[in-house]
Amino acid sequence: MNTVGYAAIALQMGAVAAGAPLLTGLMRQTRARLEGRAGPGVLQPWRDVRKLLRKEPITPVGTGPAFRWAPLVLVATSLVLAVLVPLISTDTPVRGRADLIVVVALLALGTMALALAGLDTGTAFGGMGASREMTIAALVEPTILMAVFALSIPAGSTNLPVIVAGAADQPARLTSPAGLLAIAALAVAVLAESGRLPVDNPSTHLELTMVHEAMVLEYAGPDLALVEFGAQVRLTVLLGLLASLFAPWGIAATASLAAVLLALVLVVLKVMALGMALAAAEVFWAKLRLFRVPELLAGSFLLALLAVTASYFLGGEGGQ
Amino acid sequence: MSTIPAALATATGLGVAGGAALLVLPQRVRGGVAGMLTAGVGVAGGTAGVAALGGSRWSAQVSGLLPLAGAHFEVDALSGLFMAVAGAVVAAVAVYGIGYVAGHGPHGLGSRGGQAALPLFALTLLTVPTAASVSTFLLLWELMALTSLLLVLAEHRARPAVREAALWYAVMTHLGLVLLLAGLSVYAAQAGGETFAALRTGMAGMSPTVRGLVFVLTAVAFTSKAGLVPLHAWLPRAHPEAPSAVSALMSAAMVNLGIYGLVRVGFDLLGGGPAWWWLLVMAMGGLSAVYGILQAAMASDLKRLLAYSTSENMGLVVLGVGAAGLFAHAGNDALAALALAAALLHVVNHAAFKALLFTAAGSVLRAVGERNLDLLGGLRARMPVTAGLFAVGALGAVALPPGNGFISEWLMLQSMIHGLAVPGVTTAIVLPLAVAVIALSAGLAAAVFVKALGVGFFARPRGEQAAVAEESPRLMLAGMGLLAALCAALALVPGLLADGLDRAVEAAGHTGTRPVTGGGLRVRLDEVSAVLSPLWILAALVVALGAVMATVRWASRHRRRRTRARLWDCGGGAPTPRMAYTATSFAEPLQRVFDDVLAPEQDVDVTPVRESAYLVERVAFRNRVPDRIEHRLYRPVLGLLAAAGQSARRLAGGSVHVYLGYGFFGLVALLVVLVVGW
Repeated sequence: MNTVGYAAIALQMGAVAAGAPLLTGLMRQTRARLEGRAGPGVLQPWRDVRKLLRKEPITPVGTGPAFRWAPLVLVATSLVLAVLVPLISTDTPVRGRADLIVVVALLALGTMALALAGLDTGTAFGGMGASREMTIAALVEPTILMAVFALSIPAGSTNLPVIVAGAADQPARLTSPAGLLAIAALAVAVLAESGRLPVDNPSTHLELTMVHEAMVLEYAGPDLALVEFGAQVRLTVLLGLLASLFAPWGIAATASLAAVLLALVLVVLKVMALGMALAAAEVFWAKLRLFRVPELLAGSFLLALLAVTASYFLGGEGGQ
Repeated sequence: MSTIPAALATATGLGVAGGAALLVLPQRVRGGVAGMLTAGVGVAGGTAGVAALGGSRWSAQVSGLLPLAGAHFEVDALSGLFMAVAGAVVAAVAVYGIGYVAGHGPHGLGSRGGQAALPLFALTLLTVPTAASVSTFLLLWELMALTSLLLVLAEHRARPAVREAALWYAVMTHLGLVLLLAGLSVYAAQAGGETFAALRTGMAGMSPTVRGLVFVLTAVAFTSKAGLVPLHAWLPRAHPEAPSAVSALMSAAMVNLGIYGLVRVGFDLLGGGPAWWWLLVMAMGGLSAVYGILQAAMASDLKRLLAYSTSENMGLVVLGVGAAGLFAHAGNDALAALALAAALLHVVNHAAFKALLFTAAGSVLRAVGERNLDLLGGLRARMPVTAGLFAVGALGAVALPPGNGFISEWLMLQSMIHGLAVPGVTTAIVLPLAVAVIALSAGLAAAVFVKALGVGFFARPRGEQAAVAEESPRLMLAGMGLLAALCAALALVPGLLADGLDRAVEAAGHTGTRPVTGGGLRVRLDEVSAVLSPLWILAALVVALGAVMATVRWASRHRRRRTRARLWDCGGGAPTPRMAYTATSFAEPLQRVFDDVLAPEQDVDVTPVRESAYLVERVAFRNRVPDRIEHRLYRPVLGLLAAAGQSARRLAGGSVHVYLGYGFFGLVALLVVLVVGW
């Protein structure tokens, strides 16, 4: 069991690390094609990372440790998440530690590190980005935790592999009202947490609309590569989490190498499909005004609250 | 010879003798002696607390100490927990205090009265949980209020705001005392005895109405001591204006005793109660958690921000206590014990990080002379140790993984999430709301402490004073270092506390369950099968950090880091500190989001040039976020009292005949009432 479990973890982390830029490339390519452009190709984010890594590292005058360490913390938290979240197998050596609340907290830790770095530069843009990012993050956290709450009621645990394994065994849980409401709420939260439209535009450089980009304006070279890479890994892990929670079919429940490899192929396909769907949706969406975003988040929070109540009143006994 | 009485006697001796000696010692040595004595009180009291947590008990009766009833003392694990917390905080803050008063001269905290009150205040913090009769408890409670009031007043010469703050504090704390006196008197009268043992036995024969009355009266008093909304008004006033060492003691140790009282009276003495008690308590806790952290998000005064954060954290604790009561009422003792353990652990964690944050804020105040975050900034370069220690405290306060606050919030969330096992519509509605409150306050806390750390310590100095600030003296850093070590220990090996927590929960009346077990390195919840190992999270993060650093270094191996580059700022380049985001601007989006709750006030004054209505000479803009509850709740009452006082002046016209008439008619009215009424 152990060797296969470790192999599953290594495979998963490797797949996420190698695949995250490719997913971003795929999403950009999808958008480009739908908008009638040729697009730079799926490999472009990897080429960007390679180019940035070869550039001179720069620490501007007046910045401190927070600025230096934030990209590292962001990537480190994202990689730990890539290990913790069960994407390929629910039977890995880390399954006892994959607590959903810990996952949410690690996400918030990465966000906070970047916000501090934005403030550390002392520029108007950095502060603006940090302020907006923290406002959104403060409102996303309740939504995610409520969705977690809704999902953990039928499973009787906040442990992710337990939730996922339970959902794979009993698909009826997913089509219950509680499951559907929780999906919707979590999907909105994922959009906000990964800085996608309609909450934030990842490709904007217009000061009125920037959130994430404004925080990281001062980064250059390898640090910028890390920031970009960290954001890509986060998006991949979050989409993978959605896929595992709401379409867990095919995830390896036993420690056999064939099952793990099949699960890997399936999860890659699921995440690709989710990413392309998101990219396609982004073509048709406009970014919300910053002060309309809280309304969106409040809406998704309400959905999550309804999910909890529904799972209690409708599925409380049926779940067990 | 048992540890507890010896340690308590040492603490009392040091506190009382020290307080007396400090009144006569010369100013030169006063600071050092007071600090050492107070630290001694803390260590001794903390030892007693730890011994009690370890399982020993002690009780004593000193008949000659108080008239009529005598004084009763009893130490169990529940008191032990609060004593251990207070002892640790007192010891560390006392070391800090020696350095703090050194540069202050004979005024403020360094004054004769201030220094004499310090060990006494520390002593009362440690002895309130030992009281085992109503009169002893009330006496110690009042001594604590008086000594802390003296300490809040310490800097009244320097700032007039101190007097106003002290007045608020004095009035609120004594209103609390009146309620407590009323509640406990009714209880004692009904139970037919005033020792806690008599109260416990007498409780069985009491009617539910009387028990409810006792609970509501005492709960209101205790929550006002804990700084819960809407009785928090003294807290954001007194904490910022008191000397920082005193604010640390008040915020990390004194407010805890409100929680102690609530648990002691609610669970131990009254033996739990109907659901509505605990729903009331949870409502107050939830309201404080969200309202407190929202006000903290709006505050730009560093210590005021921390004070509101205390309101928030105590709100979370009370939410846990209320949940425990609710579960106990429903008969699920295991969950009740878990929720109570979570609440008590949060008390411990909050004490550690809040004391650290307040002492660090005190260092800033001492070095810069400014509490306004908008005028700070850039301190990490001038005061690196203080900034680092503040960051450690902030990490604890935001409830994120390597910090200590995360563990207790995780426990609390676990207890709420699994609380749905308790059947009933009430839990189905209340618990999701409680989880939402915890999550929202955790999210907002992240914004609050990013603001405090990022605006206050990072970027470049926005004020002249901040640009020339100097690092604090060694003793202050040592005191803060002790607290930071405490935070780290609580964050990494919380499992060590598991046995003590279980005993404390048991002492509160939830026997036979061991909600939290741990082998030092992790926290395991047997009842709900959940495990958290903070050390593992930290190790994973460190390994990942190392791997990322190594990869980046390998990928860009032939490049040296350039550090003389100038900031790009979208091509603007070299921005001035005035262009940086301030605390006010950082909080603006949140203020807009919570517009309806906060009701900010905005004024625009436009002064036109005299000849023309169209040419503007000056535009003044003012934006204030007043404490809305204070406006709505306290203003009208204060206004009414003032109006009554004003109109009552008409009664005192100065004529002796009228006064004699009052006396005559008063006497006649009294006689009539006596005749008719009896």
